[in-house]
Amino acid sequence: MKYVLLFVDTEQFSNDLQAMGPVERARAYERANQWFAEHADRITGGSKLQEPDTATTVRLDRGEPMIFDGPFVEGKEVVSGYAEIDVADLGEAIRMVKTWPGCPVVEIRPLEPARL
Amino acid sequence: MTEASHAELARVVREYAGRLAASLVELIGDFSMAEDLVQDAVVAALQRWPVDGIPDRPDAWLFTVARRRGLDVLRRESNYRRKLAQVQWPVEHQQDDRLRLVFTCCHPALPRAAQIALTLRVVCGLTTEQIARAFLVPASTVAQRITRAKRKITDAGIPYRMPTGDELGARLSDVLAVIYLLFNEGYLATADQAQSHDLVEDAEWLARLLYGLMPKEPEVAGLLALIRLHRARVTARFDADGGLVLLRDQDRSRWDRAAIEDATALLVRAASRHRPGPYQLQAAIVACHAEAERWEDTDWEQIVVLYDMLLHLAPSPVTRLHRTIALRYTAGPEKAMAELDELAGQLDRYHLFHATRAELMRELGRPDEARAADQRALELTANPAEQAVLRERLSWR
Repeated sequence: MKYVLLFVDTEQFSNDLQAMGPVERARAYERANQWFAEHADRITGGSKLQEPDTATTVRLDRGEPMIFDGPFVEGKEVVSGYAEIDVADLGEAIRMVKTWPGCPVVEIRPLEPARL
Repeated sequence: MTEASHAELARVVREYAGRLAASLVELIGDFSMAEDLVQDAVVAALQRWPVDGIPDRPDAWLFTVARRRGLDVLRRESNYRRKLAQVQWPVEHQQDDRLRLVFTCCHPALPRAAQIALTLRVVCGLTTEQIARAFLVPASTVAQRITRAKRKITDAGIPYRMPTGDELGARLSDVLAVIYLLFNEGYLATADQAQSHDLVEDAEWLARLLYGLMPKEPEVAGLLALIRLHRARVTARFDADGGLVLLRDQDRSRWDRAAIEDATALLVRAASRHRPGPYQLQAAIVACHAEAERWEDTDWEQIVVLYDMLLHLAPSPVTRLHRTIALRYTAGPEKAMAELDELAGQLDRYHLFHATRAELMRELGRPDEARAADQRALELTANPAEQAVLRERLSWR
């Protein structure tokens, strides 16, 4: 079954990451990369996203399309990356995510089965 | 139908519905479909058995109905339909697969309310209406919860599997939490809910089932002992008019002493595994009360020690509140009041906090504050039995 993992940075996590020195931060990213490598046989896609201030949101439900600076949700928790995985079931997805060394919140959402 | 035969009917359904569900999931490979078939069979049983009597082989009867429906519903070319058509009842090498059923129904990816409804339905064979009546919610709410849960099991790929290794501990906690919630819900029900399903009985049955399948897990034994210790004293909890009788006023000659001894022995055996946990500790506290011949003989010191251990494992303001109630008897009302005051911020919306405050105020000779606290407690509880007790207190003087 295919799922998307949405990696979510909490405010605390973002602050902690910011406060780290370059060596410590590099170590943190290294751990995340290691996790991706360990699970490479089950990860079929995904990417880290750039910072939320690089986001642009378009709203199409206000008459004319409206363009806004920033992510669609005004919040302290931001999506910082995603991964597409292919595993047997939710149990396996959860087991994988439990070992994730990065941000403290991860959403697991199944993909709609492909319509042929 | 007499009340006794209603109870017998419920017992038989509960005994066989879960087994059938587990077998059908194996045969059909589809949790949701299997559940529907069993539910149809249960509804049919509840209609026919009161009229025709309970059959000699209730399991075979239920299976026949479920199979007939399954053959109607499953597509002609389906593998599962072929299997279902060929299978003989009883299924060979049928081990008790209800454990997988329980763990699946209590999967953390499902909302707690759905875990409870699904467990009652799938493992205990209750109908949606019975569940709704037991929890005092509309049947449509229960139906929706169950439908959504079953859909999520399919759509999100929740596995039909026993958790293993280091997952087992956490998952077992989820199952025990559901059973405990059932027990608690049943415990809070007042005497005039006698018509509704006895959730405490279902909780005990589930705990007993789990204990039979996982005899080496001390927390399972702990929860079973806890439930049994409560059931052993249930007749003394309500008076002839259905009013709540407080522990200190209960007629202890009405307690089932043999059941208390058995439950205590179970607890002692569990304790010998040296893996303490919140359910064992709660059971130990109840056992202290249950073993006392009279209120005056209660070993309050031991109870306070047990609460300290419980708080160490599972800190919570409500547990601290219960500890202060015991502290009153070991250290006096002033000390207890001081402890209680520390909880004011967290428990201001909890009626028991104010009721306890009122008791202590009375002991300390501050009747006006006692009245105010009882009044506050009354505003905060919707439970008719507890309201009656509080109104009674407010009518003093």
